Amino acid sequence: MQTREEELKGLGADFTFGFIQVMDGEKDPRNLLVAFRIVHDLISRDYSLGPFVEELFEVTSCYFPIDFTPPPNDPHGIQREDLILSLRAVLASTPRFAEFLLPLLIEKVDSEILSAKLDSLQTLNACCAVYGQKELKDFLPSLWASIRREVFQTASERVEADGLAALHSLTACLSRSVLRADAEDLLDSFLSNILQDCRHHLCEPDMKLVWPSAKLLQAAAGASARACDHITSNVLPLLLEQFHKHGQSNQRRTILEMILGFLKLHQKWSYEDKDERPLNGFKDQLCSLVFMALTDPSTQLQLVGIRTFTVLGAQPDLLSSGDLELAVGHLYRLSFLEEDSQSCRVAALEASGALAAVYPIAFSSYLVPKLAEELHKGELDLSRGDEPTKQSRHLRCLQALSAISTHPNIVKETLPLLLQHLCWMNKGTVVAETSEVIAVCQSLQQVAEKCQQDPESCWYFHQTAVPCLLALAVQASMPEKEHSVLRKVLLEDEVLAAMVSVIGTATTHLSPDLAAQSVAHIVPLFLDGNISFLPENSFPCRFQPFQDGSSGQRRLVALLMAFVCSLPRNVEIPQLNQLMRELVELSCCPSCPFSSTAAAKCFAGLLNKLPAGQQVDEFLQLAVDKVEAGLSPGPFRSQAFTLLLWVTKALVLRYHPLSSCLTDRLTGLLSDPELGPAAADGFSLLMSDCTDVLTRAGHAEVRLMFRQRFFTDNVPALVQGFHAASQDVKPNYLKGLSHVLNRLPKPVLLPELPTLLSLLLEALSCSDCVVQLSTLSCLQPLLLEAPQVMSLHVDTLVTKFLNLSSSPSMAVRIAALRCMHALTRLPTPVLLPYKPQVIRALAKPLDDKKRLVRKEAVSARGEWFLLGSPGS
Amino acid sequence: SIDAREIFDLIRSINDPEHPLTLEELNVVEQVRVQVSDPESTVAVAFTPTIPHCSMATLIGLSIKVKLLRSLPQRFKMDVHITPGTHASEHAVNKQLADKERVAAALE
Repeated sequence: MQTREEELKGLGADFTFGFIQVMDGEKDPRNLLVAFRIVHDLISRDYSLGPFVEELFEVTSCYFPIDFTPPPNDPHGIQREDLILSLRAVLASTPRFAEFLLPLLIEKVDSEILSAKLDSLQTLNACCAVYGQKELKDFLPSLWASIRREVFQTASERVEADGLAALHSLTACLSRSVLRADAEDLLDSFLSNILQDCRHHLCEPDMKLVWPSAKLLQAAAGASARACDHITSNVLPLLLEQFHKHGQSNQRRTILEMILGFLKLHQKWSYEDKDERPLNGFKDQLCSLVFMALTDPSTQLQLVGIRTFTVLGAQPDLLSSGDLELAVGHLYRLSFLEEDSQSCRVAALEASGALAAVYPIAFSSYLVPKLAEELHKGELDLSRGDEPTKQSRHLRCLQALSAISTHPNIVKETLPLLLQHLCWMNKGTVVAETSEVIAVCQSLQQVAEKCQQDPESCWYFHQTAVPCLLALAVQASMPEKEHSVLRKVLLEDEVLAAMVSVIGTATTHLSPDLAAQSVAHIVPLFLDGNISFLPENSFPCRFQPFQDGSSGQRRLVALLMAFVCSLPRNVEIPQLNQLMRELVELSCCPSCPFSSTAAAKCFAGLLNKLPAGQQVDEFLQLAVDKVEAGLSPGPFRSQAFTLLLWVTKALVLRYHPLSSCLTDRLTGLLSDPELGPAAADGFSLLMSDCTDVLTRAGHAEVRLMFRQRFFTDNVPALVQGFHAASQDVKPNYLKGLSHVLNRLPKPVLLPELPTLLSLLLEALSCSDCVVQLSTLSCLQPLLLEAPQVMSLHVDTLVTKFLNLSSSPSMAVRIAALRCMHALTRLPTPVLLPYKPQVIRALAKPLDDKKRLVRKEAVSARGEWFLLGSPGS
Repeated sequence: SIDAREIFDLIRSINDPEHPLTLEELNVVEQVRVQVSDPESTVAVAFTPTIPHCSMATLIGLSIKVKLLRSLPQRFKMDVHITPGTHASEHAVNKQLADKERVAAALE
């Protein structure tokens, strides 16, 4: 047929008849698959079927519904699904089968066998794609009766889903047909039929069949604009009335959820003419319903109310400004709900965000002023003293401000509010809590995230917030004018970290030109003390963080790091040489770990992004010299090590040729009596993702699969080092190794497992809790994924895990018990000999003094009891 | 220390033998009907069969007892019985559940 189509077609209907005779009685599944394909091609490629349409149908449909179980170890691998789909393609291939197929489907849908039901419904679904009104006309009442029966009576989700899908396709098919002026509108009568059978269930007082009816109506309504219009205009008045009739919150919730379902369907169709929109007539009633829901004491009903209003808001030109004003009032109230209505509060904030993007004017007129007032009230309260409820109200206010910042015009109002608030907190008269300052920074962070996608907002945020934050920080770092008890809240580690986050987020999405403008201000600020671009720039003394500046000034290097390490790749940094030298110097300064670490990170972040060449190598040499100098015995070892670690990470991420050299240096330090443990933890840093520097979001060069490469390049050395190491530093090697293994994707780890396993088992005997914990968390997934390999060591594993389940550390006990649970994945014959012993031993942790440990013990022991029992 | 809530958490998700629902969902077990004393190592669970002639009462009681036996420290004495007045043969069922040998035989 593929090569000689013309000739075969020339044979006319004889070919078709001949094939029917050949196919008749075929039983072999392999042949059937081919036969079905042939029939499909006969039809779709327009071969002449002559008078044999019904015969062709009979010879294929006798196999419907497919009842086939592949024999075990079938070499041909034919699945039931293959036959089902193949046959379905044939049956649904042409409208000419309709008169025969539809009665067959109606009959088979009623079958007791689940798979037959599903197959029939799915085939009906497929048919509707090719049939038209003409084919369906006579069968519509029966099809509807069958679908209705199945959906109402079924306990199976699949039957319900397929029934609804079939109804959807049927309605869509009917909606597609073009009407003659005098012809009966089949869609209309079909939908009227459905409505007649389903409407009254929606009004039942005990609401038993409410959901199946609603789902059927929604399935039909979702098929086309006409259907949607017809059904909703019929159903909505009914539901609106029901809502008022039923007084209980849970009943109202059900009704409102149904209404929501219908409203959502309207989002699919758009109407050019405003007056045509079917929802216009119901708008007032719907809004009044929603407002009733929002003021109901039941949280669940409020939630549905919020969702409904959001959907209404998404309809263009539906809501009036009066509606919006009322809604905003409710959302404001709901945003301040307390703990037990958390979900409602969160939903209200999300809804506010979604609606603010569409109705910025309404939100900036009605909501922003209220929030501003609340913020000022909070300021007054703060200056009087701390009260827990006032504090949480303050927090909610901040969250609301950031939630609604979804439109550029709103950002232009909320951002200044937040910044002013921060400035106010920093003034002399008030002692603000660290947590409150961090809360404001977090709000700023969220606004920054929302601004990232829109270039105009992004630049506005950056230009407004960054200089303001820098000015505040610089001011805080100045020596105090008078002796005051002003706490330098802004200079605390956590607050600076929060500000770093804001500045980073505000920088990553800048275009290169705008970023270049910004960098031309910020770098000279730090290198030369050039404060001219800051909003407030009268300071008592010079700002020179890199020179002899006070420790306060030095800490602000973290803010420089936040900016400069988030820049897009091709932005040129002015005075780069000088900057890198200063950073290296500062990184080895012993007095303040925060500053020296920030400097090391900044250096590393910049090094990672520079294009390969002489410049990079020179900076690298600079760092290496400093590291070597610092690592020799003296007071700078810790700082030098930190610099080494970060530079190594920067290189590892970009596959720089010298990364192996530095990694070897790091590995060597595992034996160092002073720095060994820090070196071990360093491996965790190398493998993890940071949030502030060397991030993909911050445009760092992070090569794909760097972890795998690191593993391959370095694990042999780690293993070797372990074997050669003295007893007291062996834990360092194990810790380092387990950090590397823990971060590796499983497919890479599994092939290496046999060689590593003996090492890991030895690690279990190590007395260091961190090593034990790390090894246990490494082993647990391996038990689940490589049971065969692990089986070889079952004896050791059982002994060690049981041992560790009495460890003094709770975390280790829990991890050990989880491993005992995971052990049950090993093949049963391997485990059965241990069953009695394990069950006895696991009785002890059932009485552990910690509840969490007891819980794991119950779970593990229960699994072991089930080993080898029938049905497991 | 072990409290009623912890015991309840152990038995609440046991499936009813006849329905696709848990004993908690069917109100067969409730936290208020769990009495436990950790210092004295005693626990008592009263369960309420769904109907007074429920033929599965012994089976349900046994499931509860087994779960507790497997999940509680061995020092505990366990008493699993039918909530008084809720079953036609509660005396007989309670007697079976209290009989250690019968329980052990059923577990085999």
